[in-house]
Amino acid sequence: MSLKIALAGNPNTGKTTLFNALTGSSQHVGNWPGVTVEKKEGLLRADKSVVVEDLPGIYSLSPYTLDEVVARNYLTKERPDAILNIVDASNLERNLYLTTQLLELGIPMVIALNMRDVLQSRRDRLDAGCLAESLGCPCIPISALRGDGIPAVVQTVLDAAHGKGTRMPHPIAFDAPVERELASVAVILKGKIAPELERWASIKAFEQDWEALAEFKLGKEDMAKLKAVAEEAEKRLDDTGSVAITCGRYAFSERLVGRCLAIKAAGALTASDRIDRVVTNRWLALPIFVAVMGLVYYIAISTVGTMGTDWVNDVLFGEIVPRWLDTMQERLRLSAWLFSLVKDGIVAGVGSVLGFLPQMLVLFALLAILEDCGYMARIAFIMDRLFRRFGLSGKSFIPFMVGTGCGVPGVMSSRSIENINDRRLTVMTTTFMPCSAKLPIIALICGAVFDGSFWVAPAAYFIGIASIIVSGVMLKKTRLFAGDPSPFVIELPAYHWPGVMGVLRTVFERGMAFVKKAGSIILLATVLVWFLSSYDFRMRQVDEKESMLCTVSSVIAPVFAPTGFGDWRATAATITGLIAKENLVGTYRVLYQPPEDGTDGGQANEAGRTEETAALQPAESAVEEEPEDGSDYWEDFRRSYTPLAAFCLLIFNLLCAPCFAAIGAIHREMSSPRMTLFAVSYQCVFAYAVSMVVYQFGRLFGAERHFGFGTIAAAGLVVCAFYMLFFKKTFKAEEDR
Amino acid sequence: MKTLKDMKEGEKTHVVKINGDGALRRRMMDMGLIDGTAVTVRRFAPLGDPIELSVRGFELSLRKADAELVEVK
Repeated sequence: MSLKIALAGNPNTGKTTLFNALTGSSQHVGNWPGVTVEKKEGLLRADKSVVVEDLPGIYSLSPYTLDEVVARNYLTKERPDAILNIVDASNLERNLYLTTQLLELGIPMVIALNMRDVLQSRRDRLDAGCLAESLGCPCIPISALRGDGIPAVVQTVLDAAHGKGTRMPHPIAFDAPVERELASVAVILKGKIAPELERWASIKAFEQDWEALAEFKLGKEDMAKLKAVAEEAEKRLDDTGSVAITCGRYAFSERLVGRCLAIKAAGALTASDRIDRVVTNRWLALPIFVAVMGLVYYIAISTVGTMGTDWVNDVLFGEIVPRWLDTMQERLRLSAWLFSLVKDGIVAGVGSVLGFLPQMLVLFALLAILEDCGYMARIAFIMDRLFRRFGLSGKSFIPFMVGTGCGVPGVMSSRSIENINDRRLTVMTTTFMPCSAKLPIIALICGAVFDGSFWVAPAAYFIGIASIIVSGVMLKKTRLFAGDPSPFVIELPAYHWPGVMGVLRTVFERGMAFVKKAGSIILLATVLVWFLSSYDFRMRQVDEKESMLCTVSSVIAPVFAPTGFGDWRATAATITGLIAKENLVGTYRVLYQPPEDGTDGGQANEAGRTEETAALQPAESAVEEEPEDGSDYWEDFRRSYTPLAAFCLLIFNLLCAPCFAAIGAIHREMSSPRMTLFAVSYQCVFAYAVSMVVYQFGRLFGAERHFGFGTIAAAGLVVCAFYMLFFKKTFKAEEDR
Repeated sequence: MKTLKDMKEGEKTHVVKINGDGALRRRMMDMGLIDGTAVTVRRFAPLGDPIELSVRGFELSLRKADAELVEVK
């Protein structure tokens, strides 16, 4: 059995930096079983037989947040050989509060005192020996960022894990009245659980934290006794056990800090305070926020990121790889279908995964910097009021903003939202924002049907925003998102310089996660659509116009009759739009091609292919192409749809399931196939409902004055939505218990 | 009965009691808001809510609705 060391500590203490320093590149990122909390472990650099488990950053071992439950279950059930508790020396009182709880677990412990430069610049003096004395475990000053003191920490924690020369840490003592109650609890537990867990269990019983006691599988009788004792104690102390314990811990922590820390200049403004005076200032906060967001968007979406993505799409997968494939084909002489599968299916699929990568890496780097330096928490602070009404977090702003560029990094940037429900809601609604790949669709419909009217594009954005708000309010009330509301009681960490290595590592990790998890879905789906659009049912390679896709589309198409665009072309275009939204335009162009255009089947096929590859390029280029050769099929398009139907087609494609790449990203972030399926179905149903309501009411109030079954159904939907928005009560988790 | 919500920017005081129950109350106490804790209201967010407090040497942010549960002197 290899040794296990658990790394525990508050958030924003340099825990990740220390973890990176301890384990180097041998890290494995996954999920804790059954929950969506990220699980990170790695092998100790100095001794590869030792596993270091990076527990989630927590403030306490209370049973209320998922992170805390995960951490404490690991500590009490898996029983690591040693705990390495990282303590931020510049924030001792609160950090030691967690330490007092870790001491009670009966596991050898070592404290790494992260001496931030902050502490030195404040000229405070911290006596590590004094801390070690009072806590009964070694305290080693380190600087996680500069790597000072790491070898000493490694050596000490290894000794502790091996059980060499270390005593068990001694838990803190509470006030006499509390200790008396704890003693009467301990009597009941004596002999029934492992002695090293007795202190922990007595305190949990006194706090009436029955969840923590469940694992000890005590008999019914004992549990009843414990309950009785705890309730009696509550009466005697005139307070709940958990209040008494919390107060005891903080009182201890205060006394300890008073003894061991000499503060030179109390009350002086730190650099962080001065930054915050400006950054969260009542008047300046919003302009600064807009500027920071503008900069992120500019770098990731408008310039650097897109340049990289354009290069991968246009040069690497537009020229280099196809040319190389063609040369290979000359030598290998694969059969036509196999070559097409490789070139148009697999390579196009891989291309659409990798094409997003440069943009995403740039964005991840920027977000990691924002998070690392402390500004991300301020975003939640600044935007909370606006977003919480819609059941979202202040941090949801970033995914939505990035989503106007591209939904894939948009969805991926939801990671910094702590609350699982807020995060899932954000992931589900991010792709409602019109991304740049939807611009060609807007351009097509605006240009072909509405003579380039100014209002179409703003309307698209308005519909996107409104859909996010409506969905947020409605979904938040459902059982699925009821859960325990996680309270908005957040720390605004002191600003500090982000570590370059830490940022790079985050970028690498998230990039790999996207390629692995999202990549597989994208590749599979792209190959499937390639197959559908290149073959007919007799498995002959044909032009898109005669392919299975069109046959399938004509079967599905009637479903869309109530939304106004029930012709098979719309369905086929929507399906190809799942590869990349701008494909919709390319598909329309192919489908409206006059038959005499392609006298020879192979030639038409060729044209179809180029169309599709062209459509895979980023939006801007597709928009620019439009005016030159657009008009030829715009005419046909205009004849096929009434303006109302065309507008509904636009709405549907803006809101329905996003491209496969974005679905892959949703899958990555939901880390649950069920939730992914729910998200995509919700988007499709919502898109269908909105376009149907618009179409039916448009016909009723428009020139047609048409009234029918569809109108009644649409009215029903509107009533349902109103009920959900204004009358339905939020589903309460408590009623469920 | 005065609560944290009624405080002005820059005002200093001490916590008397935390009302409410469950996760919210526990979370506030875990973050160090207990009887007798010294609290300074640093500022309000630009849209008026949430509040930024200075507690035990670090910055803590609470919504006004939750701050109402914290009785102060």
